[in-house]
Amino acid sequence: MPDVENHDELRQVTEILQRHSLEPGNLIPILQEVQEELQYLPREGMRLVGRSLGIPEVDVYSVATFYNQFRLNPPGRNQIKVCLGTACHMMGGYIILDCFERRLNVHEGETTPDREFSLERVACVGCCTLAPVTVVNEKTEGKVTPTRVDGILAGLGFKKDQAAGKVEAEV
Amino acid sequence: MKTAATLEVAPDQIYRDLQHAARQRLTGEKEEPLVMVGTATCGRAAGALDTLAAFKEEIVRRHLSVRVREVGCLGDCYLEPMVIIQKPGYPPFIYGEVDEGKARRLVADFLVNDDPCLEFAMAALEPNDIFPTLADYPRGFYEQRVITELCGIIDPTEIDQYLDHEGYAALARALSMDPGEVVAQVKESKLRGRGGAGFPTGLKWETCRKAPGTPKYVICNADEGDPGAFMDRALLESNPHQVLEGLLIAAYAVGASQGYIYVRAEYPLAVERLKTALDQARQRGLLGENILGSGFSLDLAVFQGSGAFVCGEETALIASLEGRPGIPSHRPPFPAVSGLYGQPTVINNVKTLSYVPHILRQGPDWFRGIGTTDSPGTAVFALAGKVANTGMVEVPMGTTLRRLVFDVGGGIKDGKEFKAVLIGGPSGGCLPETALDLAIDFDSLQQAGAMMGSGGLVVLDADDCMVEIARFFLEFTQKESCGKCTFCRLGTKQMLEILTDITKGRGKPEDLTLLWELAGDVKAGSLCGLGKTAPNPVLSTLRHFRHEYEVHIDEGRCPARMCQDLITYYIVPQKCTKLCNVCVGSCPAEAVYTRPDGIKAINQELCIKCNNCLVTCPPEHQAVVKISPPSPAEGA
Repeated sequence: MPDVENHDELRQVTEILQRHSLEPGNLIPILQEVQEELQYLPREGMRLVGRSLGIPEVDVYSVATFYNQFRLNPPGRNQIKVCLGTACHMMGGYIILDCFERRLNVHEGETTPDREFSLERVACVGCCTLAPVTVVNEKTEGKVTPTRVDGILAGLGFKKDQAAGKVEAEV
Repeated sequence: MKTAATLEVAPDQIYRDLQHAARQRLTGEKEEPLVMVGTATCGRAAGALDTLAAFKEEIVRRHLSVRVREVGCLGDCYLEPMVIIQKPGYPPFIYGEVDEGKARRLVADFLVNDDPCLEFAMAALEPNDIFPTLADYPRGFYEQRVITELCGIIDPTEIDQYLDHEGYAALARALSMDPGEVVAQVKESKLRGRGGAGFPTGLKWETCRKAPGTPKYVICNADEGDPGAFMDRALLESNPHQVLEGLLIAAYAVGASQGYIYVRAEYPLAVERLKTALDQARQRGLLGENILGSGFSLDLAVFQGSGAFVCGEETALIASLEGRPGIPSHRPPFPAVSGLYGQPTVINNVKTLSYVPHILRQGPDWFRGIGTTDSPGTAVFALAGKVANTGMVEVPMGTTLRRLVFDVGGGIKDGKEFKAVLIGGPSGGCLPETALDLAIDFDSLQQAGAMMGSGGLVVLDADDCMVEIARFFLEFTQKESCGKCTFCRLGTKQMLEILTDITKGRGKPEDLTLLWELAGDVKAGSLCGLGKTAPNPVLSTLRHFRHEYEVHIDEGRCPARMCQDLITYYIVPQKCTKLCNVCVGSCPAEAVYTRPDGIKAINQELCIKCNNCLVTCPPEHQAVVKISPPSPAEGA
């Protein structure tokens, strides 16, 4: 990663730290804000947070990896979340996840090589009555079908066979 | 120090002034037509924001003097997006499934002209001579709304409306009582914690009140991690002030000066509305220093969780609030004695706190009059799965499952056969048809091998495989296990592997005994509720549906035709019409093809089992079927 970008990220982390009182109890809210701004937790940023709060690096890392919400790698430009709560699972949420995985040619938790799409599963977004549910770029959509998966992707500018082609090119 | 006499008058008088001012601001509103659009998360998922925009646009375009207001969730989620239209001279009508087109038509026909479009009205809100009300339907008839009463009717972002509906009156009353008396009232009401375990709330408060140490803390547990439950979300999004009021009363009763509301990360809208509610309460002097002139002060903050199911457990929640990984610790000491930062802390669920204002306003006797002797009050359930009328329902404790599923829920979708309900999420269990007449309360469910849990209720029909369900729940708890206890960390992993093998047709006859043994060990060897209850879904499905496990193992087939490795899709040539092409068009993998004779067939090598062709095949043909055990027939 180029140094300039890194420097920029650290500056943002510093700004966030200035807005909080530096108590160990504020670790999670601070990490949440860092992720909200940078979309992920950069390694140097976590180090800086740890130093500022007087928490060992390893403890910051332990918190960042314990909670599902935190990401240690930058996500794709479009974030696709598929709900796999009980109701969604029963109504075929796993089939929807399958469809996304196949189309994007990534597994859940991964990002396409061109960093356009990242695919995640979430435990439950609380829209069980409209199962199966997806959350695409913060927009919740209910009663998703495999055909609609193609529609969602087309709406985001995805062209069929795009991901497959990219992977081959990279290999 | 104030004298007792001034204390008795002051909060109530200040409150009356507040309420009067709120009502003043609301007068005049009632003469104008009003459109209320339900924009809780479930409404939004169904497109409520587009409906809202359509109403606004149409009203502006026609220069109408109509108010548009966003409200919460009425509970009938299967009809989202829902709209209530109030026009002077008419009873307020509720409309379901209002898309943009219907919205425009309602404006043109009802708001401009005088045709209320009763053909797509669902019910009227108040009794009248022209149209049935909610109470005329089985759902409304059997429901008893206490904490969901105002959900979907008031604007959650507007404190005036809550005040107008006697909101914060209970707080004013509590503040003029002795804290011990408040605890006594809650104790007398026999309110039990709605988070799942059903611990008596009054007892918890009393313990905390008597525990030495300052400061004390109150925490509202809104970390609704149970997949399949959404009542806390709906309550926070639809009526956040009710929860705040309950939390304020709890804090006053136990003598706390600082409080937190711990909300799940996955509920951004709830967080937003809670923060608005906190700001408004602060502005009106209902939160902060010297609340309602009583001398009592409390500060509240919203804390967002970060996506860990185990944080619903109270000691893990505290660890998370302190900035550590959410790993549970040993109890006792209970948080009521030594909780957040080692101080006495009361942790209550959203629903528990929502009942508190009602109990103080209407008295413990009123509350005990609802429900059963040992579990008084109502129960809020999230009905989901294969039931016709999904949504949030509130029924008195002691209602039977049959009534809940078949009357309130309207029976099984598409007239299929009932198989079981899953209650209590990953810590609960399943109840088969024989348990349908069970009256639901905390104790009866425990006896039946399930658990109230937070109130998620997922209905299953004949197409759902019980082994797959058990596997699904175990996959969830295994993933969410914090890893502290060996049995929970490794035991669930082993159980999951066995179950996965069974669903893939690789099960062995001795697996069932092993599963049963492991389940007992995991229960015995885990510290917190997550591990102690994780095997429940496996145990209850094994108890009630053992034959399904056996069929998977012995015959390699899935009776419900759900386990993907044990089925194949097949087009019955005799039923295929040749004339339509939907299955070919709907197949995302291009596995469906047309044979030279015009009949469709599936190339099994390409088939990804997405179920699309089965859904799209017109109902008059139903030519696509699932076969289990899988057969390689109909190849090239």
